[in-house]
Amino acid sequence: MSDRSIIIATHDAGPSAAASTAPGAAKPPIRPRRRAWPTFNWRGLVAVVMFFLAWQLAVTFKAPGFHEIPGPITVVQTLVSDFLFTRSYWESWLISFKRVLLGFLFAQLLGVPLGLVLGSSRRFNRIVFPVFEMMRPIPPLAWVPLSILFWPTNEASIIFITFIGAFFIITINVYDGVRSIKQEHLWLAHSLGASQLTIFRRIVIPAVIPSIAVGMTLGIAVTWNVVIAAEMIASDSGLGRLTWEGYVSSTPPVVFVGMVSIGIAGALSTLLVDVIERRMMPWKRKR
Amino acid sequence: MRDMLDLNSAAAAGKPAAAGKVSIRNVSKIYDPEGARVVALDNFSVDFAPGDFLAIVGPSGCGKSTLLNILAGFDTLTSGEVYLDDKLLASVDRPLAPGPDRVVVFQQGALFPWKTVLDNVTYGLMKQGRTPRAEAEARGIEMLKASGGLDRIAKSFPSQLSSGMQRRVEIIRALINDPKVLLLDEPFRAMDTVNKVTMHRHLLDIFRISQKTIMFITHDLEEALFLADRVIVMTTRPGTVKLDIKVDLPRPRTREMMASDAYIALKERTVMAVREEAQKAFERGEKEMA
Amino acid sequence: MADATTPTITRRNPFANEGFWLAMLGLGSFLLLWYAAVKWTPIQAFNRLPDPLTVVREWLSPTPSYGISIFTADYYVHILYSTYRALAAFTLAILLGVPLGIFMGWKRSVHQYAYSLFSLLRPVPPLAWVPIAILLFPGVEPAVIFVTFLVAFFAMTMNTYVGVKAIPEDYFRASACLGGTNTDILWDVIIPGAMPSIFTGLQIAMGAAWFSLAAGEMIAAQYGLGFLIWESYNLIQYPTIIIGMATLGLVGYLSSAAVRMVGNRLMAWREQRLGTGG
Repeated sequence: MSDRSIIIATHDAGPSAAASTAPGAAKPPIRPRRRAWPTFNWRGLVAVVMFFLAWQLAVTFKAPGFHEIPGPITVVQTLVSDFLFTRSYWESWLISFKRVLLGFLFAQLLGVPLGLVLGSSRRFNRIVFPVFEMMRPIPPLAWVPLSILFWPTNEASIIFITFIGAFFIITINVYDGVRSIKQEHLWLAHSLGASQLTIFRRIVIPAVIPSIAVGMTLGIAVTWNVVIAAEMIASDSGLGRLTWEGYVSSTPPVVFVGMVSIGIAGALSTLLVDVIERRMMPWKRKR
Repeated sequence: MRDMLDLNSAAAAGKPAAAGKVSIRNVSKIYDPEGARVVALDNFSVDFAPGDFLAIVGPSGCGKSTLLNILAGFDTLTSGEVYLDDKLLASVDRPLAPGPDRVVVFQQGALFPWKTVLDNVTYGLMKQGRTPRAEAEARGIEMLKASGGLDRIAKSFPSQLSSGMQRRVEIIRALINDPKVLLLDEPFRAMDTVNKVTMHRHLLDIFRISQKTIMFITHDLEEALFLADRVIVMTTRPGTVKLDIKVDLPRPRTREMMASDAYIALKERTVMAVREEAQKAFERGEKEMA
Repeated sequence: MADATTPTITRRNPFANEGFWLAMLGLGSFLLLWYAAVKWTPIQAFNRLPDPLTVVREWLSPTPSYGISIFTADYYVHILYSTYRALAAFTLAILLGVPLGIFMGWKRSVHQYAYSLFSLLRPVPPLAWVPIAILLFPGVEPAVIFVTFLVAFFAMTMNTYVGVKAIPEDYFRASACLGGTNTDILWDVIIPGAMPSIFTGLQIAMGAAWFSLAAGEMIAAQYGLGFLIWESYNLIQYPTIIIGMATLGLVGYLSSAAVRMVGNRLMAWREQRLGTGG
């Protein structure tokens, strides 16, 4: 049976399908729905090309503000000739990535449980949440001086600031996730005699996973932002420092090399987080 | 409920319906003709006289909404013509724009949530720019009042009303423009039975008084038979006319008629047609999923 | 678990505002822990930090040891500078981001043009723009504002765009078939329909603006709260660091609250929906 249907299907889709419709077929056949490829975004390409063209022209004709700015071609040349094949360039990558990763991980390790408890225990919430809310509006970079004072090494203080950047976002997202759990689900579980632990494992955790994912996406972006700034302010290594060094030593192409590298690094980590999120939420996968 | 509409105040009371003759001639609609080529409507033709209450029934995805969208001017057609009062309304070369002579009442309800009931009702009059605000608001209040004292909620926002009330307001928002055709796109779909019965009576009252041409789209056969003068059953995609039935039950319609022999005979004739098409649609759905 | 999420069936509470006392307990223990850590532990790392009592005393002193307290003019100069920069950047972001977001949501072609540029530029963290901003603009002031603007602008544009995209198609159609023109659709459908999302964007943008501003001021400014914090570190005026941080937090919080208030006022139709539980 199944074999037959496969044969029929392949026959229909084959080249003879077009010819076989001619005799007796009163109406044009509805062809099987073809897989719709996303049409290429020509306008997007035009916009990007125009962007680089405008940049190059502004540099070539010395538009106001562009006196010290290098053109895109110079930037690529500098990247290839001075950086791409040097050890120190890739070490900068590695150092920044390590800081982002550690700050992000610590923020997850502390933020997720804290968010869960804040959302679950009323008493704990009432005691801790006001302090939490008091600290939250303080921009992460404002922690730089205290962090340097407190931590013995520069490395630790930068990781701490990175942690602060992601920590509040992750916690607040998990907390919101717990609070949005449907009452009905909890009542149902209660009335079925589920224990607190079971409820936590079977209802709370799955319900909170999407919020954790949102926190991760937002968190990773903030983390890069914070690392770059912290490196500019208070470090002698990393991609942020590379960029700032370019400015201080009056070699603008290096500034752009730094920016491009940071952009690529940021995009890569976002991609990575997306993959992890998809693993975490198989039910959101598209068919 | 029956006499909620104040006969004296309704503008078109008693006047024979002069305008609102719609002819749909050989209309086809093919989506994505280069690629997947989905034929939504195939050579669809129907004429309806001024003041007709026409119901279109068919399984979901049969192209009945496409038909409404073409009439309303939300969608283009691939071939054929549409005439309104013998004037060419839409053809391939002449895509149609939406306009206040063919107002739609939407399936999900489309009262602007950020405008009060009165601002919603007067929206058409204000936008067509012929009516001063004071006059438009007076008309609006009058219409609301005539529709069972809805003027008391004139200052409310739609979200504060029940879904039945929202529908009544939306129908008034359409009627106030004195359209030639009223296009109703499954307006009572999301309602429970009790509300639906009330709304049916309300709609019949409006039809009796305003004498508008109405095209009513639904997948509910009983609803169609109870309300309409004519019921058209559509085939599943590609949509054409499967059955065109005149419902010669007397007006005003009552719920008791639904137990009459005439009604049951009508229903028997149509129900098979609808089932057949629904079955075809279901089988095709299975195939497409596989 | 059950405590927080199962609704207490309006059980009479013996302590009228238990919440208040618990909050006080929380804040009190936080300050006490802080004080104890700095003053009483033998841990060097803590001992280097200023304790809360010193900070508060300095903050409220008419004759502060390090020159910044609520009685000094300099304190307010820093606040005003930061506020001015944040507001300038924020306003620019609204003026450019909202229209762009609206057109991206409304016209497909605008979206296609803008989206690729956005994807190109968005992965670069706003603060990485600081050196370029300094090169591009004459002087530090516009550079700091530009960097602040950049974050707020992205947030505004994306949220407005999402807001317009989320408006049900039927509202556009309803307006058109009642005789509304394109201009009418813009004012009667798109702007009010996207308003909730625009205000979400405003709040995000406000937070992001302060975030960037603090960093921008630390890296490259002469006045402002971010500058104050960094300068105090360099001059070993540690209590002032905390004053600066707290003030930054407070100003940031107040500006977000202001945005929220305006939003609730402007969207009365939405408020009422929440009110009736529909």
